[in-house]
Order: sequence, then C-alpha cells, then structure tokens
Amino acid sequence: MEENIEIIVKEIEGKINNIDNLKDLNDLKLEYMGKSGIITKMQSGIKDASNKKEYGMKVNTVRNTFNDLYNGKLNELNEIEINKKLESERIDVTMPSKKVKKGTKHPINLTIEKIEDLFVSMGYDVVSGPELETDEYCFERLNLPKGHPARDMQDSFYITENELLRTQTSSVQARYMMAQEEKKPIRIIVPGKTYRREDDATHAPQFGQIEGLVIDKKENNVSLADLKGTLEVFAHTMLGSDLDLRFRPSYFPFTEPSYEVDVTCFKCKGKGCNLCKQTGWIEVFAAGIVHPNVLRMNGYDPDIWGGFAFGPGWDRICMFRYGIPDIRLMYQNDIRFLKEFDRRDQ
Amino acid sequence: MILSRKFVSDYIDLSDNLSIKQIAEDMTSVGNEYDSACKLIDCTNLTIGEVIKCENHPDSDHLHVCKVDIKTEVLDIVCGASNVRKGLKVIVAKVGAKLQGGDIKASVIRGQKSNGMLCSMEELGLDSKFLKEEDKNGICELPSEAPIGEDPIKYLNLDDEVIDFELTANRGDLLSVLGLSYELGAIYDKKVKDIDLSYKTIDESILDQFSVDVETDKCKLFLAKKVKNLKIEESPDFIKNRLIACGIRPINNVVDISNYVMLETGQPLHFYDADRLGNKLIVRMANDNEVLTTLDNVERTLDSSDIVIATPNASVGLAGVMGGLTTEVENDTKNIIIESAIFDSVSVRKTSKKILRSEASNRFEKGLDPNRTYMAIERCCNLLSKYANGSVLSDTVVYDKTVAKDKVINITEKNINDVLGTSISIEEIVKVFDKLGFSTTKSKDKITVTVPTRRLDINIKEDLIEEVGRIYGINNIKGKLPKLNIKCGTYDKTTRELRNKLVDLGLNEVLTQIFINDKEAHLYTNDSFETVKLLDPLSIEKNALRYTLIPSLMKVYNYNKVHNIKDISIFELAKGFYLKDNKYGEDYKLCSLMTGQYFMNVGSNLKIDFYVVKGIVEELLDYLGYKTRYSFVVDNIPKEFHPGMSASIVLQGKEIGIIGRLHPSISKEDVFVFEINLDKLLLNKVSTLKYKEIPKYLGMEKDVAFIVDKNITNKNIVDVIKKAGGRLLTNIEVFDIYEGDKIDASKKSIAYNLKFEDPTKTLTDEEVMNVFNKIINEVESKLNAKVRNGE
Repeated sequence: MEENIEIIVKEIEGKINNIDNLKDLNDLKLEYMGKSGIITKMQSGIKDASNKKEYGMKVNTVRNTFNDLYNGKLNELNEIEINKKLESERIDVTMPSKKVKKGTKHPINLTIEKIEDLFVSMGYDVVSGPELETDEYCFERLNLPKGHPARDMQDSFYITENELLRTQTSSVQARYMMAQEEKKPIRIIVPGKTYRREDDATHAPQFGQIEGLVIDKKENNVSLADLKGTLEVFAHTMLGSDLDLRFRPSYFPFTEPSYEVDVTCFKCKGKGCNLCKQTGWIEVFAAGIVHPNVLRMNGYDPDIWGGFAFGPGWDRICMFRYGIPDIRLMYQNDIRFLKEFDRRDQ
Repeated sequence: MILSRKFVSDYIDLSDNLSIKQIAEDMTSVGNEYDSACKLIDCTNLTIGEVIKCENHPDSDHLHVCKVDIKTEVLDIVCGASNVRKGLKVIVAKVGAKLQGGDIKASVIRGQKSNGMLCSMEELGLDSKFLKEEDKNGICELPSEAPIGEDPIKYLNLDDEVIDFELTANRGDLLSVLGLSYELGAIYDKKVKDIDLSYKTIDESILDQFSVDVETDKCKLFLAKKVKNLKIEESPDFIKNRLIACGIRPINNVVDISNYVMLETGQPLHFYDADRLGNKLIVRMANDNEVLTTLDNVERTLDSSDIVIATPNASVGLAGVMGGLTTEVENDTKNIIIESAIFDSVSVRKTSKKILRSEASNRFEKGLDPNRTYMAIERCCNLLSKYANGSVLSDTVVYDKTVAKDKVINITEKNINDVLGTSISIEEIVKVFDKLGFSTTKSKDKITVTVPTRRLDINIKEDLIEEVGRIYGINNIKGKLPKLNIKCGTYDKTTRELRNKLVDLGLNEVLTQIFINDKEAHLYTNDSFETVKLLDPLSIEKNALRYTLIPSLMKVYNYNKVHNIKDISIFELAKGFYLKDNKYGEDYKLCSLMTGQYFMNVGSNLKIDFYVVKGIVEELLDYLGYKTRYSFVVDNIPKEFHPGMSASIVLQGKEIGIIGRLHPSISKEDVFVFEINLDKLLLNKVSTLKYKEIPKYLGMEKDVAFIVDKNITNKNIVDVIKKAGGRLLTNIEVFDIYEGDKIDASKKSIAYNLKFEDPTKTLTDEEVMNVFNKIINEVESKLNAKVRNGE
C-alpha cells in the first residue's frame, strides 16, 4: 500500500506536468477527484484500512499533493490563456486618435481679450461706441475743428458731409464724457475698429485701436508719470517684460502734452533692422495728457478734472506678440493661419 | 523739412564732435522725428585729378584711355564719357571707392588697365534734377584751378550733412532754418545768431509807383518791395548747394534767393516781373470759373474759395500756392516786386489740396509768424543787393491787420509738476524756458513766461508744460501707476462668451473688412434698407459698407478654396450697416459659414449639412438661455438661398436670423451659412441660471415609428405628440428616418423615442400605456399616420 501511494504521487506529478490545456486538466481532476476518482476511492477506503490513522494521513498527502499541483497548473494555464487573449487584442497606439477638436479665436481678438483682462484688473471699464460717427464726435469735440491741418493725419471715409467711419476710437472719449450726466471719474478702455482712407504697404483702410482714458479730480494728480507707468505695464504684459519704452514728444490736438511711444523692436531687439528702419524702435502708442479744451467741450471743467489718454493700434500689438510679419496675413483668414492659434497663450 | 548742417551752422554753433546721427536722435527725443540722417554725398576715396593724357581706346568707338595725375601717383583709367579730354580737372574715384552704384575695383576694360573711375555728379548720388544741362551728359568738369589730390566734395562745398525730418502739424516754425536753429539751441543750450538784414536803398520810393489793395479778409498781411536793375545769373555755390541739400532745384540767382529766404525764415515769397505786372496788385477771392494759367503752364479753373493776386485786369497768381505764368521772373527780367504775405491757412489748404501741395502752401497751412513776414522781405533785399546786383527802392508797401505780440502766460511750479508727475525745481524750469529763448520773470512760485511770436503753437499753460517736459527730457520722468480708488472693472462679456461657445463647437473665428461693392449689399437678405455708400472710396470694389456679413465670409471661403482648403467652419462677430428712414445705423451680427467636413464628430468626420449647422445654432441659442423659445420657419427666404434647405430663425414671433444652404447659382459646393442679428436677439431677456430638481423616480421609455405623407414635417408630428403626451412626456427624440422600398413611395417613416417621467412617483406600465396609446391615436387620426410595425 505504501509503495502504491508513492507510485500514485509520481504518476500525478508526471501527468500534470504534461498537461498543456484546461480541458485535459479538468479531465485529470475528474479522474482523481471525481465521484469515482482514484483519490476519492482511496479516501473511502480509509475506513477499511488496518492502520486507519497512518493510511488516512497518507491519502491526505496524496490529495494535498494533487490539489497543489492542480492549482499550480491551473494558474499557469490561466495566465497563458490571458496572455494569448491580450496578445490578440494588441492595437497600434500610433494610429490617429479620436477627438473633439475645438476651433480658434482670431489672433487679434486673442490680443484684445488679453488687454481687456489686464485693464479690467486695474479697475477700467470696457466700453464701446458706434463705428459710423459724426464729425462732431470724431473731430470737433476732440479739439480738431474743420480745416485743422492735423486732420490731414487722418484722411477719412465720409458717408455724408457730417458723418464718417470713425478714424479713431477717441470718438468714444467724447461720447463717454458727454454721457455722464453727473460728472464722475472715468477709467475706460475702448477696443474698436477704425478706418482711414489709406491703403499701402504699412496702412490698411481698416484697422483697430484700443483707446484708454483716465479722468479724475485734479487733487488725485493723474499725471504723465502715471501714464508712463500704465503704458509700461501694458507693454511689458503684452509684448515682453524685457523691452524698453521710449517716449517721444509729439502733437495731437486732443492731448497736451502729447507723446508717441516706441518699444524695442521685437525683431532685432534694438540693434536696428529693416522692420524698424534701423532705429531699433517701433512705435506702438500715441498718448498724452487730455487737452483742457477736450475736457471743457465734453462737460468736464479742466480746473477740476484732469487725466490722460492713450491709443495703441491692436494690429501692431498682435503682430508683435505672435511674430506675424505682415498685416495682410491677419485679414486674409487663411484657415491654416487661423488654426495655428489653437493653444494656450501665456 | 530737410536740415542742412552747413545752413543751420550760419545761425548756431554745433560742436564738430556731434555726429549728424546724434543730432537727429537728440531732435527726436524732443519730438522731431526723422526719416534719414546722412552725408549729402555719401562716397569715399574720391580725389581731384587732372587728365594728362587722353587717347581713343584701340578696340572701342567711344572709350578713352587716360592717364590721370592725382598728385601721389598717375592712374591708368578707361573712361567712356564724351567730354573727357587732356588737361581736364576731374573727380577721380580711386580703387576701393564706395559710390552710390557700387564699389570701384581695379579692372581691365577691353584689354586696357583701368584703376579707378572718372565720375559724374549723378554717380556721386546727386539727383539729376539738381544738375545743369551740361552736367547731365558726361563727367563733372572741375574748374582749372581745382587743386589736384584734394577732396573734391569739400572743394565743391558739397561736404554737407542732411537730416530729413517728419515734423508734427503744429510745428510750422520748424519749417525754417531759423526755427531749427532755435530748437537745436534749446537742446544744446546755445544762442541763435542774428540774421543779416542790412542793405542800401536808392533814392526812389516804391510808394510813388506801386500800390496794393486787399479786398478779402483772407489776407491779413501783405508786404511789397521793389528791386531794380537785377543781373540774372547762376547763384553762388553756397546758395545752390544749400538749395540742393534741402531738395530744391537751383534756377538762377533771383529765383534761388526767394527759395533760400523761404528756407531760412519759413516765409514763402513771390517775385513778380515788375515790368510785366504794372503798378497795382489786388488781393481778392477768385470769381467762379475764373481762369488762370499757373507757372507750370497749366490752365486752372478757380472758384470763389480761392484767394488770387490780381492786377486790375486779370489774376496773376494763386495766393500761397503758385504764381501765374504771365508775370514770372525770366532770364531777361530786370526789375521785380517782392511779395511777402500771410494768407488764410484754411483757404490755402483747400486750394492747394485741389491744385498742388507745394513748399509754400505747406508753410501757409501750418501758419506763419508776422514778424518773419517782415524779416523775410528785408532778407530778400539783403541777398538781392549782394548776389544779384539789385538796387532796392526805399519804403515798403504795407497792408497789416495782424496783431503780432509776444504771448504772456503765467504758470507755477506746481502746475508743471502736477501734470508731469515730477518734482522739477523752479530754477530748472526757468532754465528750460531760457534755453527755448522765452523770457521769464519770477514772483514767489509764479513764473511769467513771454513766448516769442515765432512759436505759434504755444498758447496756453499746457503748451508750456509740454515744453518743459520736452526739454527737461521725458525719459527722465519715472513711470508709476495712478493712485486711484479701487473699483471693479466691468465689461459686457457677451461677445466673448459667444466667441468661446463657437470655438468650443469647432469653428474658427475670422476678421474681415467691412467694405464691399454696393451691388453686394442687398444679396443674401430680403430686409429693406438703403446701402451705406462712401463719398470718396478707395476703389469701386470697396465703395460701400456691408449689411450682412455673408459677402465678407464668401470672400474668405473663396480665398481658402483657391488655396485648396475645402473644410471650412468659420464665424465672425461684427457690425452690419444700413440707412433706414434717413438715419444711419449699425447692428451687431454673428455670421457663420460652413462647408466640407465637420470635425466635432468623434471618431469619424461628418459631412456638413443643414442639420449640422442647425445644431450649432441650437447649441448657441440654448447656451444663451433661449431654449424652447425659437423655431426654424420656412418663410421669406432670400433668392440667394436654396429654397428647400433654408429657414428663418424666429424667436418669439420675431425673425432674428437666417440659416440655410446657398443657392446652387451662388455656389456649386454645399455651402451653408447662418447669420443672427445679435442686437435683435439680445433684446430678449433670459432668466438667470438656477438649479432644477433632477428626477427622483425612474421613468420609462417607449419607441414608436409613424408612416406619414412626405409633406408632413417632424414639427407637425412632434406638436401632436407633445399635446397628447401631456406632463408625463418629458422628452422626444427622433432616432430613425426611413424612405424606401419597404413603404409606399409617397410616404416616409419617422421613429421616435419617448420618455415618460413623473416627479412624484414611479410610473406603472398601465399609466404609461394609457398616455402612449393616446399619442398613437392622436397622431394617426390627426396626421393620417400609421404606426409602422416591425417587418
């Protein structure tokens, strides 16, 4: 009997080792552990054994050996089976994805939104005004009477003798000041389209400006230094923190003193190139202290109120910001161009 | 205005260490921008030589083989000019010289050595319009006494440097050498020297033989003097060279002096041939249709807005713009009348815009200082007697209605520092005014500034503050942010939200021009309005303003199509313009154009059709809070749209936009557009976003397909279902549409998924079936429909 048990263990080991699929393993289980299996029979033979205890222990060893070997084999076969399945499910991860593709904002509007956010954070209100404007609001209320030579700087598209496409967003200065029934401090920016009768390499008949106007009580001293600081924040945020600003005295009828403000040329970093006409500077802002006549004509007493105004063109800021070399690209609306603006813009 | 360094050096001492570039930069920093700053003749390695031998080139019919003595050596030079000859003094560009046309290299020309070039003035970079006829063909002939081996540019007094300024409209005073000198004086703290106005007069008075009548208030100042016995010849070199440096062509000494004095003083002058003029001048407004032949031999038809100078018989000049042909100074002119006057700037501006912008009209337009009008006429006499042998008659004919007084302005240190945001001391402020040549008196903190008449641009305190800022140096002022009350910045986010939503839906934003041809304005719309037209358009193609944005988007579509881009989903937010009831107006519009493949469909691209575009519109309107308040109605479709694939977008009974496919006659491809009038749309208020309870109890879904006549619309069926379904029916969705063999050819089948829910309890089968059957009955009876059973 003892010999017999050892032979059975050997036999089990041999058989299980040779099995390579779950069906055979299952058959083997039936052969040994099924109702009339070999081990089942042995177990039922315990009660008839002479040395029950010893024999019982031996049968137990056989059964445990079988179970251990069986479970080991079962795990082994299951793993093979899973691996086979996984292998059959292998995909090519380099194949195209399936996605929801968003559209894009026009780079000029990306630029305007950035500027709006910057100024709203400094307490400015964003306001707008009509693009078809009267001569009165576009010029006369801004200290530019008819026949003034400075009107030459702004050749206009008139639609009637007294109505035109606004040449500057400054028209909204006058409108906004006039609209204040009770005169109160003003802090606004006005992004808007503007139009001038010119069309050459550097001028398009349609362009855009972002007017800024701050008016406050004289005792709050809104000064040129404040204008300078404000434009520094503007330029450093929108165009790069490392660039310099240069204020050049200039002349506009609506401000006194008036300035044109240059920033370091983005292309050559100030060394001089054909873009900046070898000067190292590119003009970005027109700005100044609001002329007392403008305040007076729009209902603000210049003895009580004062402030500054500025007006960069959005096209140039956009071109700077994204390194767009030609203004025409922005109005051509080539889909390939538009789709380039589909990522986060720090 | 061009600054000639030699010219301004007559009136101000500029250090030789100052480069022309530095002067230009310094002027820029006080507000006078420049275009270029360079040498008048920008060439190197030139020397004066003498042709000591000149023979014909053996292998050429026009070249000459020369030996040229340049003092240090004798050069072999092949020259093609016809005027080269032995003994001629010439300008030699040595090997290595840089000329406007390129660098000079040693070469061999048809077998003959050539180590340099003999130059014409044009080759040195002088515009041919400045050259005498004889200098235009051939090399420059220097006088026989020209010193060999010396610098020819210096010898010719052309060693000048020039800055081309772009001046601002208010600084008319800088259109003169004197004005530029005062400005440089303020920068470098130098005094401006006096101008020489001395001359002798003869014992004969102009008042006895000449008079002026001014009949218009458009002339405030008119001076006339007479100079006799002039000898007309070529101007001295310094006059010619300075005119050339300033871009004016020398003609003869008399004409040149009128231009020279204009450059010096800023006052335009006119010289009349006194013998052809007669003894009386009248300044008056032109008659309508009056004809005048101007200097350039062009017959001009005038009107009553033009100021003319006339004799009692006929007009002889357009005031401030151009003289007349009949009284022009010519080579045989002996006696002249000098006119120095001030004409109304607005009138001159108008006339010159119509006729010709000239150096003179430009100065009149910007305004003139009456003191300079007097100074200029005296200066003319000074130069004419010195350089044209003129005899000046005594006295001046004067008509003067001006009040040329120095302006007195009071200002305080606080005024200045408050505006500039600085703390400049009163001493520094006074110093600035002193540099500018403005006299000051101080009492306590008040400074009384006397501004000379030449500074027409300075009238009020603020102008003086600008001067202080300019000369003190704006770049010395430190920037800071304003100290103002903290407040919330506000803005209407609607535009940005619309833009965000459309971008989320996969559309690309475009930005187009508002200009169109007027014929395009009424396309794509049935609205009644008049087109807004430009009075003075840049081109016929852009002579009007758009009403709908569709023509602009079509241009974008066509541009991209040409570039082989076929999948286009774009939108624009912009204004459309109109004239209605004699009033101009502008509406804010959202327009979109879609064609080709739509990329939002996960996994596979979707061809854009009406329903894709409709989906975009619905998403947008739902997002804005208008869910269930709008509908798509087939009515009033413009002829540029496909009549069977287009609809008006209607919100609560009012049309707010249009959606549809463009008519095949407009585009062969399937191009879809929608446009919404945002001003109309946004008039409709929406409630604020609030939480609504989600269903607590499970609902039940039922599917049903109806076979109906083809002309029955989805909306017809849904309306009946909704009514029959009542409050338990919470959602209706179409999940299948069928037309084909399996049903009658005149019919279609639409399958619906209906959802039933009760917020208070779980519905039983029976309750749902009651409603469901009612729906089926209603649809079948009202729409002649049949439930389609499984095949």
